[in-house]
Amino acid sequence: MNKRWAVPAAFAVAAVLLFAVAPLALSPFRLDQLGRYLCFAIVAVGIGLAWGRGGMLTLGQGVFFGMGAYLMAMHLKLADAGPGGTPDFMALISSDGVPWWWEPFRSEIVTLLAILLLPAAVAAVLGLATFRRRVRGAYFAILSQALAAAFAILLIGNPTGTGGSTGLSGFRGFFGFALSDPANRLVLFFTVAGVLLLVLALVRQLMVSRFGELLVACRDAEERVRFLGYDPANVKTVAFVVAAFMAGIAGALFVPIVGIVSPNDVGIVPSIGMLIGVAIGGRTTLFGPVLGAIAVAWAGSALSEQFPSGWTYAQGLLFMLVIAFLPGGLASLAWRRRARAAGPASVSAPLPAPSGGN
Amino acid sequence: MQQDYLEISGLTVSFDGFVAVDGVDLSVLPGDLRFLIGPNGAGKTTLIDAVSGLVPAAGSVRYGGHELTGRKVHRIARLGVGRTFQTATVFEELTVLQNLDIAAGHRRGPLALARRRRGIPEEVERAMETVGLTELVDAPAGVLAHGQKQWLEIGMLLVQDARLLMLDEPVAGMSAEEKDETGRLLQRIGADRTVVVVEHDMDFMRSFASSVTVLHAGKVLAEGSVGEVQADPRVQEVYLGPGHHSRAEVETVLGEVS
Repeated sequence: MNKRWAVPAAFAVAAVLLFAVAPLALSPFRLDQLGRYLCFAIVAVGIGLAWGRGGMLTLGQGVFFGMGAYLMAMHLKLADAGPGGTPDFMALISSDGVPWWWEPFRSEIVTLLAILLLPAAVAAVLGLATFRRRVRGAYFAILSQALAAAFAILLIGNPTGTGGSTGLSGFRGFFGFALSDPANRLVLFFTVAGVLLLVLALVRQLMVSRFGELLVACRDAEERVRFLGYDPANVKTVAFVVAAFMAGIAGALFVPIVGIVSPNDVGIVPSIGMLIGVAIGGRTTLFGPVLGAIAVAWAGSALSEQFPSGWTYAQGLLFMLVIAFLPGGLASLAWRRRARAAGPASVSAPLPAPSGGN
Repeated sequence: MQQDYLEISGLTVSFDGFVAVDGVDLSVLPGDLRFLIGPNGAGKTTLIDAVSGLVPAAGSVRYGGHELTGRKVHRIARLGVGRTFQTATVFEELTVLQNLDIAAGHRRGPLALARRRRGIPEEVERAMETVGLTELVDAPAGVLAHGQKQWLEIGMLLVQDARLLMLDEPVAGMSAEEKDETGRLLQRIGADRTVVVVEHDMDFMRSFASSVTVLHAGKVLAEGSVGEVQADPRVQEVYLGPGHHSRAEVETVLGEVS
């Protein structure tokens, strides 16, 4: 296939699969499951940019995912409770009423804006603070992971505000639509699918743009970039913010689809889980992280239906095997094949081609 | 243009008490091709590290009317100061075009960065011609030969529009022809720029330097034309040891005396 059309064609195939094939072929239960996987795929697209292209091993995406998810869940609880009402779980454990910091999220507009802006803003502050101090590599990874742990602990320690370790659940409506209605759930699925295609298009544009080239340059020789007059901290922060933005949106969509969000969805283990699919699919490619994330999430559900605790081990093993033996992920198998077909001269450059529509 | 000269005064760099550069005074005018020589550990590389902001230094470095000491690396680069490294550092996974294009980019706004490049910018085209890499425009920088990488780095300095170029051993590991070509390239681009070259290769220095500064133990030992420096007994002593040296001995170490 002509290289120029490979990516648009891949987008078209994805659109047909998501908007036509999936709703026809899958039962409502399986469609909900796929919707959940797509949420992780949206996170994965952002990780692909930040980690694959920017070299930032983001082990704490659960924080931004969780921020989006909790913001949405708070709004849904408040909306379910009605104007001025107190969400059911709060009424059960305390008589203080709704905390002041919940009140703004009675508004749909405020909630949507917060979901779009808050994770990105937090990432911007964190990014500038760490990258300006030249924190990178394993130190950055540990820092982001510690953040995920802290976030989960904060949620657990505050049961009246966030539902504690049980989280928030039992949502009935979604912006005025009943979540029990299969037609509404289908629209929800289409929304997630649409958002996934949009974030893919955004990241694709960033990858082929001059910014994308600059980001790769910062990943491979950060110091050199400084001598060209750039501050690499700014470049990396932009990629980190984009990744957080996507994770926040994914979290917000996750809540109505899954019906619950708890610290178990945002801590260290789920944060690493979000990364594994990206590693397996091929972190430097456009579609690799998406396919990897969906595959891992699907395998996780399928296997944990059979062996409830076995999946965690399988996941960890898979991650180690890929990092040790196939650092470019499954997508690198395709490069190798292509390189072999093109002859030995081009083997030397496994360039993370932005096309990657394998 | 009178503003565009490099003036270093009393520059001192110390690492945990070890003084690598000790009160160096140095001025370089545009159009001068200044070679910085000296035995290992003389502080040559540390000097250009200090000028480019990589290591903190005391004293003063002025270029183009700006004080450089205390500024961050990327701020100094934006004032028109560019440098290369002993081992060529290019972005290996990016093509020659992408490498050069990035060098042009610190003046670009967010919108220009978010867009894809259409065509080859004029300054990139010119730099590729100057350093002779036009044929390799789409080659990944990682597959370039050693000499070509150095030329690519020099090309990046041109695209960056650096007015003060500091090159750290640009011809190390090059063949004789590559050295000649690099020397001619430096003379071409040095005509209207300020160029400082740190070099160990005495023949290369002799062929292309328009002036030479000899550093020893962090201090300026001698300064002048190639001939003056070669004839300087203090320079001979540093390179050859104390005592009188025959013309043949001097030529072996410091290059042919004209």
